[in-house]
Amino acid sequence: MFRRLEAAGTGAAPGRTVRISVDGGAIECREGDSVAAALLAAGMPACRDTAVSGTPRGPFCMMGVCYDCLVGIDGRANQQACMTRVREGMAVVRQTGAREVSA
Amino acid sequence: MAAAHHPEFDVAIVGGGLVGSSLAYGLRDGAESIAVLDEGDVALRASRGNFGLVWLQSKGFGMGAYSRWTLGSTRLWPRLAARLLDETGIDVALEQKGGLTPLMGDYEIEARLAWVNKLMAQPGVEPYEWKLLDHHQAASLVPGLGPDVTGAIWTPHDGIVNPLKLLRAFHTAFERSGVRYLPHHGVTRITQAGGVFSLETPKGTIRARKIVLASGLRNGELGEQVGLHLPMAPQRGQIIVLERTRPLHATPMVTLRQNDEGSWLVGDSQEDAGYADHVTTLPVLATLADRAVRTLPALKEVRAVRAWSALRVRAQDGFPVYEQSASHPGAFIVTCHSGVTLAATHALTLAPMIAAGALAPELDTFSTRRFHVQKT
Ligand SMILES: Cc1cc2nc3c(=O)[nH]c(=O)nc-3n(C[C@H](O)[C@H](O)[C@H](O)COP(=O)(O)OP(=O)(O)OC[C@H]3O[C@@H](n4cnc5c(N)ncnc54)[C@H](O)[C@@H]3O)c2cc1C
Ligand code: FES
Repeated sequence: MFRRLEAAGTGAAPGRTVRISVDGGAIECREGDSVAAALLAAGMPACRDTAVSGTPRGPFCMMGVCYDCLVGIDGRANQQACMTRVREGMAVVRQTGAREVSA
Repeated sequence: MAAAHHPEFDVAIVGGGLVGSSLAYGLRDGAESIAVLDEGDVALRASRGNFGLVWLQSKGFGMGAYSRWTLGSTRLWPRLAARLLDETGIDVALEQKGGLTPLMGDYEIEARLAWVNKLMAQPGVEPYEWKLLDHHQAASLVPGLGPDVTGAIWTPHDGIVNPLKLLRAFHTAFERSGVRYLPHHGVTRITQAGGVFSLETPKGTIRARKIVLASGLRNGELGEQVGLHLPMAPQRGQIIVLERTRPLHATPMVTLRQNDEGSWLVGDSQEDAGYADHVTTLPVLATLADRAVRTLPALKEVRAVRAWSALRVRAQDGFPVYEQSASHPGAFIVTCHSGVTLAATHALTLAPMIAAGALAPELDTFSTRRFHVQKT
């Protein structure tokens, strides 16, 4: 469903490659990608299941307001994928249900 | 226009918030036809912005009867919740396993203890179980309780409900039982002739044999039109909402609770700010946040997602107002500061009185007459 601009033939120059892992599997993305953009480009539109009904959800607004893009990043739950840039070696996990609050 | 098609209603309720809705819900057995007149989305609506506590322990200082009335409502709550579930399929998430007022330091503990003792000693208060807990006892009810909380007042009667689901349950029940909900029918003028009230609205005139004024902060203005003088004093409250987490199974606290769907509510200030409900202010939010994190340090990792202000519906002295107009018999006024807590008694005790046409003598203390005592 989603294609990168260069793949869509817009003439945009591809950025440097960055590798992250998603649920343990490696994906290649581009420097400057948000985690949300990287997941969409990698064909993973549903990055979480909702806390109440368990319905799959994915990035919607891409600008930090809808909270539909929550994922775990480097051990921290409920991070906004659209507001976080990819970094070499970053470990992303799918968010299922609500996060824990450690008491 | 549309109003011309409405029949003369048995009862018209002015205001479709929690107070008007709980009364309409309870009136169904005693009235042939009911209309609920409401304004539109821009109205002042405490019912959409509150903290959702079903709460006894802080009620009635200065009026013992209010404590007793509130205790009665907490006892009726399970019945209301069960009925709503049965009738609408909506679980309003009532939980009554006790509640806490966390206290930080000796000064707060001593001041609160003196206050509670004075409250409980008043005439009209029906004694109920309460305890001062030390940190250790309170921590057994709130996993992860911060060390700054050195004590807490606990009662088994307090609890929480989801106030938005409550409002939805009432309105779902209306659809299913023929109560007419009429939004955009803000009442501008009330007159009575030949035993029938005429309520003027931008959408035409609604006629009813009985009316109940439950218009929140507008009850002062509308009350004047039926000979009831009720001085209103709005009180602003700001609330912060944190993201959903797995349930922590913490006993609800008066300004910190987890919702049935996982969100955390951090509340709620008590400010004299007139009618300014369109802003939130950093000093207040910072204070609320600071206290929440001292109460439950693990919350510092939990994201804040939004904050809002809403106005408490409040008569000048903070106590409920229930009265039938002497000059306009058949016109009742209902105003209260805790419309969530009192929803059960409004639906199951007060509504039948209104249906029968007279409030019980035990409600005399709640009349507007208390505002007109000659002071020398
Ligand atoms: C921050 C905050 C926290 C709170 N926490 C709690 C709590 O934990 N527990 C608790 O028990 N209570 C709590 N409350 C109080 C509770 O929310 C209110 O007591 C309750 O919602 C009042 O309901 P209401 O129907 O009287 O008012 P509202 O919700 O204000 O409803 C009044 C309705 O009347 C309508 N109206 C106004 N004028 C007219 C007119 N002329 N014609 C027709 N309709 C009209 C309005 O449009 C509105 O829909 C809190 C309130 C606030 C603000
Ligand atoms: S996609 Fe909306 S907050 Fe991230």
